[in-house]
Amino acid sequence: MSAAALRQALGRGLAAALAWLRAVSGDDAYERYLTHHARAHRGAPLSRRAFYQEREERKWSGVSRCC
Amino acid sequence: MNKIAGALLAAAGAVALAGIALHRHEPINALWIVTAAVCIYALGYRFYAAWVAARVLAVDPSRATPAERHDNGRDFVPTHRWIAFGHHFAAIAGPGPLVGPTLAAQFGYLPGTLWILVGAVVGGCVQDMTILLFSTRRDGRSLGQMARDELGPFGGFAALIGTLLIMILLIAVLGLVVVNAMKHSPWSTATIFATVPVAILVGLHLRRFRPGRILEASALGVALVLLAVLGGGWVDTHPLLRGLFDWSSLPLAGFVIGYGWIAAILPVWLLLAPRDYLSTFLKLGTVALLAVAIVLLHPQIKMPALTSFVDGHGPLFGGKIFPFVFITIACGAVSGFHALVASGTTPKLIASEADVRLIGYGSMMLESFVAIMAMIAATLLDPGVFFAINTGAGVVGSTPAAAVHTISGWGFPVTVQQMQTLAQRMGEATLFARTGGAPSLAVGMASIFGSTFGRGLLSLWYHFAIMFEAVFILSTLDAGTRVGRFMLQDLLGHFYAPLGRTSWYPSVLLSSTLVVAGWGYFLYVGVIDPNGGVNILWPLFGIANQMLAAIALSVASGILVKSGRARHAWVTLGPLAWLAIVTTVAAWQKIVSPDPHIGLIAAARALAASLAAGTLPPPAAAVAPQLIFNQRLDAWLTGLFMAVLWLVILDMARVCVRKLRGLPVTASSEAPYQAARLQPLTLSGQLSREGSP
Repeated sequence: MSAAALRQALGRGLAAALAWLRAVSGDDAYERYLTHHARAHRGAPLSRRAFYQEREERKWSGVSRCC
Repeated sequence: MNKIAGALLAAAGAVALAGIALHRHEPINALWIVTAAVCIYALGYRFYAAWVAARVLAVDPSRATPAERHDNGRDFVPTHRWIAFGHHFAAIAGPGPLVGPTLAAQFGYLPGTLWILVGAVVGGCVQDMTILLFSTRRDGRSLGQMARDELGPFGGFAALIGTLLIMILLIAVLGLVVVNAMKHSPWSTATIFATVPVAILVGLHLRRFRPGRILEASALGVALVLLAVLGGGWVDTHPLLRGLFDWSSLPLAGFVIGYGWIAAILPVWLLLAPRDYLSTFLKLGTVALLAVAIVLLHPQIKMPALTSFVDGHGPLFGGKIFPFVFITIACGAVSGFHALVASGTTPKLIASEADVRLIGYGSMMLESFVAIMAMIAATLLDPGVFFAINTGAGVVGSTPAAAVHTISGWGFPVTVQQMQTLAQRMGEATLFARTGGAPSLAVGMASIFGSTFGRGLLSLWYHFAIMFEAVFILSTLDAGTRVGRFMLQDLLGHFYAPLGRTSWYPSVLLSSTLVVAGWGYFLYVGVIDPNGGVNILWPLFGIANQMLAAIALSVASGILVKSGRARHAWVTLGPLAWLAIVTTVAAWQKIVSPDPHIGLIAAARALAASLAAGTLPPPAAAVAPQLIFNQRLDAWLTGLFMAVLWLVILDMARVCVRKLRGLPVTASSEAPYQAARLQPLTLSGQLSREGSP
């Protein structure tokens, strides 16, 4: 493998790791919601702020963390 | 090809286990343990988990999951299995697997390690995967709802009471761990206190300034808490500030209780949610770093394989190796608590039933590996040092000279000089009698990190580890108090309807106060106990956690038998039987044992006798009445856990017997079959296409 190809593979790996972190932390949840909304619903989607407010309330009204 | 790989794995695992077994009387290298663990997990995942998923659970990838059927872009979202794995692991991983193995190390490294490996592969991982699939088949219903639907109203009520009580005990014992880490340590106290304003800042950032930019806000928060570790070191050298953060355990317990109460009534976005983001990032980062460091450093294990404390007179907690090693290590081997997370949130993310093996079984394997790393960090210390840190003054004596004399007398030589040098290198005034597991784990982690990544930084690594554990623990404390509050409101709503409204402020205040008072009481008693308190509270928590696991396994077994798979029900009945035996024997000994070192009633009697005879020194005499009351209360509580456990098991047996005799049973609550239409998700597809704006 040439140095350039190696660099490219490394870059792709790092980008995937970052994307994974975004997905796991919920950083990209709003974008996912917009994609879903455009596909499945009509009318205006929630604003970014409103979406995250609702998300936090829902997340913390049940058992979401363990010992 | 697969067979060859399997055979190679089995061979490597066997060699590693043989290595551990043959090195019984000389120090072994941690790499043997890591290799054995990885091989056992790989074999368990490749063969047992695959067989259970296919044959016992009849996982059906052609069946639409609730995430597909109810996809709303919010909580029901079909998610790629590796992302759902991250979510689920972050949710189940808590401070439990760090504390349990540290305490169980008093028996030597072998018993705890074997139980973590075997318990996880045939017990805990199976429980998590089974409950995850059954909840997925029921639209993500909670464990309590499934117990009510499948067993009857009693099962549901038992699950609710069990969860509420375990939550209270868990928070109390974790609070005690934090208090003992902060006790007379200005550096730790200042750092841990500073995490509160950092979390609030992150919360404000996420709510007001840049809504939902979680990665960016968390990165800011992590940078700030790392600065807080450095800042704590500066506070420690400052003559005036040092005094401001130098507290004994009683006022610190007061701070923790006050903090818990305020966190419970504040809106979640201000403190709880941002603290959780911080703790998730620290958790993933530190676990990965620790794994790398252990492999790079491959330290020697200095604790013997077995110590003489297997006979029951151990200084960290009383009781023989059977059943107490199985009670002490719950999280990391089998944790009933996971059944609460595996039912509810995660099932709503599952894109295909085929993913439950990775998400349910796999996440628990990783959690179990965290417990193995905690065991390594505890046992690489000199045993004398380990016992000096983890044993209460009530057991070894309150002066350093008395403590090292007692501990050296057990055959684990340690000197005052050695402890002083160690404390100085860790940046602490003393490390004697810092019970609870956190400080000894931090010393272990600091030695691993320090030796791998730079020796001069030991005190920084130590306080980083303390901060890491505290952020973890305080985030569990916040979330647990809140969940406890909801459960209590649910219960109280049956007596007076407005109390059940979760947003009615008087009800919020009342229920939060009651939950905080509940764990605050146990925390207070733990703090005034001269033996450290953890020795009583941790076994009680372990019994409660195993009781919850038994409830979950009963629900799972009931469902298996009801759906005509009685032939395979041993998969959950086996771990259930083992847990029922160890929990019952442990509870029985905690209640009736005549040895005051083990039996709660006997301990209360012995203390009452010394109090009456006037042989107690004045400080001990002052707190004795409260300790006596508490030991009796704990005995009753243990009895209650046993009653709930056996009533649920009998309820499950009743349902099973009716089914096997052909009598009518409550209908299955499984959602009807619907064919899946979702295209298989690809990781790169989900990460790039749907994730980008």
